[in-house]
Amino acid sequence: MTDHDTEELLEDLPLDALPLDAWHRARGARMVPFAGYEMPIQYEGIVAEHNWTRENAGLFDVSHMGQLLLSGPDLDAAVEAVLPIDLSTLKLGQQRYSLLLDEGGGVLDDLMVSRWPDALYLVVNGATKWDDLGTLREALPDDITINHLDDRALLALQGPKAAEALARHATGEYPLSALTFMKFGKFNLAGHDVTIARAGYTGEDGFEISLPAEAAAEVADLLCAEPEVKPIGLGARDSLRLEAGLPLYGHDMSPETSPIEAGLIFGINKRRRAPSEQGGGGFPGAERIIREINEGTSRKWIGLTIEGRLPAREGAEVFAGAEKVGTVTSGGFSPTLGAPIAMAYVASTHAATGTALEIEVRGKRLAATVSPTPFVPHSYYRGS
Amino acid sequence: MRYYTDEHEWIDVENDVATVGITDYAQGQLGDIVFVELPEVGALIEQGKDAAVVESVKAASDVYAPITGEVTETNAALEEDPSLVNSAPEDGGWFFKMTIADPGELDGLMDEDGYKAFVDSL
Repeated sequence: MTDHDTEELLEDLPLDALPLDAWHRARGARMVPFAGYEMPIQYEGIVAEHNWTRENAGLFDVSHMGQLLLSGPDLDAAVEAVLPIDLSTLKLGQQRYSLLLDEGGGVLDDLMVSRWPDALYLVVNGATKWDDLGTLREALPDDITINHLDDRALLALQGPKAAEALARHATGEYPLSALTFMKFGKFNLAGHDVTIARAGYTGEDGFEISLPAEAAAEVADLLCAEPEVKPIGLGARDSLRLEAGLPLYGHDMSPETSPIEAGLIFGINKRRRAPSEQGGGGFPGAERIIREINEGTSRKWIGLTIEGRLPAREGAEVFAGAEKVGTVTSGGFSPTLGAPIAMAYVASTHAATGTALEIEVRGKRLAATVSPTPFVPHSYYRGS
Repeated sequence: MRYYTDEHEWIDVENDVATVGITDYAQGQLGDIVFVELPEVGALIEQGKDAAVVESVKAASDVYAPITGEVTETNAALEEDPSLVNSAPEDGGWFFKMTIADPGELDGLMDEDGYKAFVDSL
């Protein structure tokens, strides 16, 4: 019995321990190498953790992700030269999805940008954070300071009961309920100053809590003592985000894909999409991105529902009859739907919802249908 | 008599028929099993080579033939309910039955105590 697994094993690099390493082990987590760290893949089991998060609230340790604070003179203009974001519309307390692109418009990373007083706070992927730091340092002027907040942990509390569990402990100038989706604020948790963003990677309502690394275990204990909250591993994080149709960097997008192919046009803010003579562009890869917005792309990232129970995994080829038309980038079994689902890049001529395709798995052809995403509806909190 | 491999398959020998499955330790490592791809009845399988594939939520894993022989029956219950491998791995969650081409191959496998010591050492 041998796994042919697609975890991101970083060869020959020593693995670092995250602030909650001992905390996870004490709770029976199975630890695996991920993004250069030992991380919990599961505690009691992926399906149980997945379903718990959809029905209650799950606590995810995402401290492997990079937290960066950018500051300095003319910060917005400097950052807009690097990211396709419109910072003139990003107000204090707001968070927005953005993309780090290379000169050819390929995706180097996807990230969150938040407006702090006199600074921009970024959360980037764990596996790419060191490269991102290099890219940003090279691209930004010398008088922009990049502070890597590597003394901070990041916890995500996700699920329909996340808000009621967190509200019992978060105090601040305004109630937690003042935060709607993609807003953040400063709060106090167990005597520690933390920032809480109403965001996540599961499709559920939820929060991401940035806090001092030394406070992480105390806060994790506090939250997991709530009856609604259990710790959840990376395995369920992946199945939850797949059901939510959310892309995973390094699998669903990479330097080989453009954000327009990936359906991430919302990551290119409106003002930046205009032709350069109308004040648009001015970010890496702008020429290709704006061309693709106007002319379309030859392939698209789409969802597939699959007949039967056999999952199709990353790398499986997609066919229309004898013709290969695409490749699966993420796939697995959806616990919520009780059926296999996948995301794939397919030729735009075969990307329309309802198109019947086939996926080849170990020599067998599985019947698949192009499906709208998310597979499981998002339930973000946008205000009562 | 039940034998075990270091790839966490078990093989139960009764007269000239062997029944094969994966161990409780194996199902625990794999987690929630959602699909089992079984060999065809009549297929010749060779010791140490691929015989079946187990799909968990997380990943696909190969199951190897513990000995050489011909597949004579597969467990139809796994098509309906693959989670039997989780709930009854060494009983109702068996994978297939096979002939024993070379009884000498069994000598290289572990007995229950040997396998228990092997798992404890992991």
